Amino acid sequence: MEPINKINSRTVVIPLDDVDTDQIIPARYLRTTVRAGLGKNLFADWRYDKNGTEVADFVLNNDEANDAEILVAGRNFGCGSSREHAPWALLDYGFRAVISTEIADIFRSNSLKNGFLPVVVDEQTHEWLIKNSGAEITLDIESSSLILPDGRSTSFPLESFSQYCLLNGIDELGFLMDNSAAIDAYEEQTN
Amino acid sequence: MSGRSLFDKIWEQHVVLPENSNTPAILYIDLHLVHEVTSPQAFDLLRSNGISVRRPDLTLATMDHSTPTVPVSTLKDLKIVAEPEAYNQIVQMEKNCEEFGLELRGLGNSERGIVHVIAPELGATQPGKTIVCGDSHTSTHGALGALAFGIGTTEVYHVLATQCLLQRKPKTFAINLEGHLQSGVTAKDIILGIIGKIGIDGGTGHAIEYRGDAVKQLSIEERMTICNMAIEGGARTGMFAPDDSTYEYLHGRPHAPQDEAWDIALKDWKMLPSDDDAQFDKEVTLNVSKLRPMATFGTNPGMVIPIDGAIPSPSSSDQGFSKALDYMQLEAGQPLAGSPVDVVFIGSCTNSRLSDLRAAASVLNGRKVAEGVRTLIVPGSAQIKREAEAEGLPEIFKAAGAEWREPGCSMCLAMNGDFVPEGKLAVSTSNRNFEGRQGKGARTILASPLTAAASAINGVVSDPRTFIS
Ligand code: SF4
Repeated sequence: MEPINKINSRTVVIPLDDVDTDQIIPARYLRTTVRAGLGKNLFADWRYDKNGTEVADFVLNNDEANDAEILVAGRNFGCGSSREHAPWALLDYGFRAVISTEIADIFRSNSLKNGFLPVVVDEQTHEWLIKNSGAEITLDIESSSLILPDGRSTSFPLESFSQYCLLNGIDELGFLMDNSAAIDAYEEQTN
Repeated sequence: MSGRSLFDKIWEQHVVLPENSNTPAILYIDLHLVHEVTSPQAFDLLRSNGISVRRPDLTLATMDHSTPTVPVSTLKDLKIVAEPEAYNQIVQMEKNCEEFGLELRGLGNSERGIVHVIAPELGATQPGKTIVCGDSHTSTHGALGALAFGIGTTEVYHVLATQCLLQRKPKTFAINLEGHLQSGVTAKDIILGIIGKIGIDGGTGHAIEYRGDAVKQLSIEERMTICNMAIEGGARTGMFAPDDSTYEYLHGRPHAPQDEAWDIALKDWKMLPSDDDAQFDKEVTLNVSKLRPMATFGTNPGMVIPIDGAIPSPSSSDQGFSKALDYMQLEAGQPLAGSPVDVVFIGSCTNSRLSDLRAAASVLNGRKVAEGVRTLIVPGSAQIKREAEAEGLPEIFKAAGAEWREPGCSMCLAMNGDFVPEGKLAVSTSNRNFEGRQGKGARTILASPLTAAASAINGVVSDPRTFIS
C-alpha cells in the first residue's frame, strides 16, 4: 500500500441513501480471481443500459466526474455484502475516498485496508457537499480533517491505528505477524 | 461492576492482545469458513508473500456461490454448464485448497452446500466459538451462541496467515422478543419485522443479542433465519444464548465434541448466557404476537410491510423511496398482495433448511403452481437434499410444477446461472432485495417460505394464512 496523507480533488455526488454493495459492484462481476479491472463495472447497472451503452444522465458518465477522486454519497453507504470488490472497484475507477453521514461497518473496514478513505461528516457539512457537487476539497489524513474551498475545516473520525497505517502505507498483516509469539502463547494456553 | 453479556464473554475469551487507544485488539478465530468468491485474492497474497495457512484444521472450505444448481459432479460436467468465469473460479478454488492443504467440500462432495448451512449441520458451529467468513451472512452461526461475523478478503488473508483478526470491540444491542407467533407467521417474518422497526442501519456498529420469552419457542433453524439477516439491520453479528435446544441440535453431529469432550464442552457452554444484570448499549422490544406475515416492497430489506398492508407513500424529500417504487413498478397506497408474480425462489442461507422445505411443501402439497410462474426450490446443502428426498418432498414439489435443484446459493445472487430475468417480479426467501441482486433489472419481494409457496400457487403475491388450516 502507498502511504497517503492528503487527498485533494473535486467531488462527484451520488445523493442517494443506502447505496449497497450490489449497486457498487453487482455479483456477476465477482467471478474474478484477481483485484484489477473492476473499475469498468463500478455502478454497472446505473452506468450502462441493457445494451451496454452509457446511461446519459448517470453522473459518472458526465464530464464533471472526470478525474474526481472523492465521491460524496447519501447516508449508510456500502451496506450489504462483505465483498471487498466494492472498494477495489471504487479505487480501480479512480476514487480514493467516499464521504457520507454514515458508512456501513464491513465496507468501512475493507476500505481502510486498501487505502480507500471512508469519511463520515456531520449533516451540515454533508448537505453543503451534496449541494456543491464538483467543489475542490481536501481530505487531510494527518489531522483527520476535511477542508472546504473557503478554508473552513471540519474533523472526521479516523481510528488511530488505521490513520497510522494509511500515513505509513502499512499493511495490518505486519502488525499481526509481529505478535506471533502472543498468538502462539494463546494457542498453547487454550489447547 | 455490571454483569457481562454473551457477546462480552466470548470476546474476552478470544482476546490475544487487548485493544488500546493506538491499536485494535487481536482476536483469535476458532473457525474460518472459506468459499470460492472472496478467497482467490487472499490465496494470491499468501502465495506472493510466501506464507502458509496457519491452521488448516480450523478452516472449512466449500463452494456455493458460483456453482450451478444443475447436477454437476466433475469439472468436465462443469465446463459444459457453467460460464467460463464461474468455471475458472471453481477450478482456482480447487487448486488453492490443494496447494494450501485445505480439505475442500467440492463438487460432488456429500457435505457440500451453502457455507452457512453446512457448518452448523456438521456441528462445526458451536457455542462460544469465534467464527468468520468472507461473507456478510456469517452472522447466521450466532444462532448457536457463537460470535460470528463477515469479513473482507484482506481479512480472509489475515486469518489464513495468523488465525487472528484486528478488531475494535463493537457496542451491544439487545433485541427482546416477547409473545407467541400466530399460525402462518414465521422466523422470517420476525426478522423482517425487526428490520422494519430498527431500519437497515439500526444495528451499525453493534452486536445484536436476541433475547426474551419468545426465544425458547424458536428452533435452531428458526434462530439461524433470524441471525442470518442481522446484517440487513446493519449489525455485523446477531446471536442467541445457547440453551437446551442448542445442545440437542449439536449432540452427535460429526464435528461436535464427542463423549467426555462433550461433557466438558457442555459445562463451558452453560456459562455463556448473559448475566442477569448485563448491560447493553441499546435495547428494543418486539412483541411477536402482533406480527403478520411480512413482505418487502422496495429495494432494501427495511422497506417492508405486513403482507395484507398497503405500500406506504414516500415523503417528498425521499428520492431513494420514489426511485425504489419506480424500480419495483409498484405504487404507493396500493396493496402489495395481488401483484402478479413471475418467479418464486425458495432457498438461500436464510431459508433453505429442512424446516423451510417442509413449510413450502405444506402449502404446495396437492396443489399446482400457477401457470407461467417459474418456481425454483434449492436445498441449502447436499445433506438437506438427501433428507428432503428421504421424506418425499421433491415429489410434492415436482407434482406441483416446481423445480427441485442441486444445493447452492442459486438465485439469491445471480452469479451461477440462476437469475430472475430483467423486469420480472420474484417472491424470494433470500435476504436481499437490492436492485439487480437477483439479476439485472430483477424485482425482488422478500418473504417467508410459506408466503413464497402461497404466491407460487396463486400466481400473485399472497397471504399464506389462507392456506393454513
Ligand atoms: S445464499 Fe445468498 S446470502 Fe447466503 S451465502 Fe449464498 S449468496 Fe450469500
